[in-house]
Amino acid sequence: MRKVIHKWFWLWDFDKEEKWLNEMASKGLGLVAVGWCRYEFEDCAPGEYKICLDFLENKCSSVENEKYIAFLEETGAQQVGRMSRWVYFRKKVSGEDFQIFSDNASRIRYLTRIIRFIAVIGGMNFYFGCYNMFMLFQVMQYHVYINFFGVINFLIAAACGLGMSRIARKRKKLKTEQQIFE
Amino acid sequence: MANPAMTEAVYYIMLSLMKPMHGYGIMQNVEQLSGGRVRLAAGTLYGAINTLLEKGWIVAVAGENVSEKSFSRDRGNRKKEYLITEQGKEMLQDEIDRLQELLENGTRILLRQGDGK
Repeated sequence: MRKVIHKWFWLWDFDKEEKWLNEMASKGLGLVAVGWCRYEFEDCAPGEYKICLDFLENKCSSVENEKYIAFLEETGAQQVGRMSRWVYFRKKVSGEDFQIFSDNASRIRYLTRIIRFIAVIGGMNFYFGCYNMFMLFQVMQYHVYINFFGVINFLIAAACGLGMSRIARKRKKLKTEQQIFE
Repeated sequence: MANPAMTEAVYYIMLSLMKPMHGYGIMQNVEQLSGGRVRLAAGTLYGAINTLLEKGWIVAVAGENVSEKSFSRDRGNRKKEYLITEQGKEMLQDEIDRLQELLENGTRILLRQGDGK
């Protein structure tokens, strides 16, 4: 039976999202499709699948991405959904643990890709925030309207900044470890 | 200057590719070679393969040697296989020499300490 759950995760809460999806799988709800804040599940044997998230290196339309996903599917992983540059993979649980990265270097690259993506969104919002605020002084008669959007832009930019620093902290931990271990 | 150390993953990937192998084959072979200790994840392996291809240490092959160009045409239909190159073998030999040195120094110094000398 299909079940749809709407749930919001911040861009930087991908670990939480992955954990939640795996909890669902262990309860017998296997992810089959994803959408904007929307997760579609189908019944599966409890613990039948392990879910992993990945963030693509290239733009959504790039052929390189298809090559990458085909490579992962050859190893037994299955793409269940895509949301912007996020890819959701699942794999039947069998002895070994399903992971997409097995060393710190590739985990660091993964986090860097996400940080850059959030930086672009945050930067754009900061820019438009400034623009909207500047407009406020130019055309006072629209001030309520423009001010509102300006504030929203700044809030999003600030949230992105916080999110980025959170991921950066995670990355730093891996980098410290990398100085001793591979 | 001597080459920097290879990662464990790269070392075992190159060793596996002494004979042609596709991605999943490499993962299984590396796990078996290391007695289950080294488990390569597919995303990490993919990155390593691309870097090694760029460096020319390995090449992509399809049954018989097929050029990379005709290869991309039937992309997806056939599993790509990879093979070590002469240059790759040289790098592997250098790495083995480096590991030998590490091992010799390690056992020599640690053993001397163990004897209390």
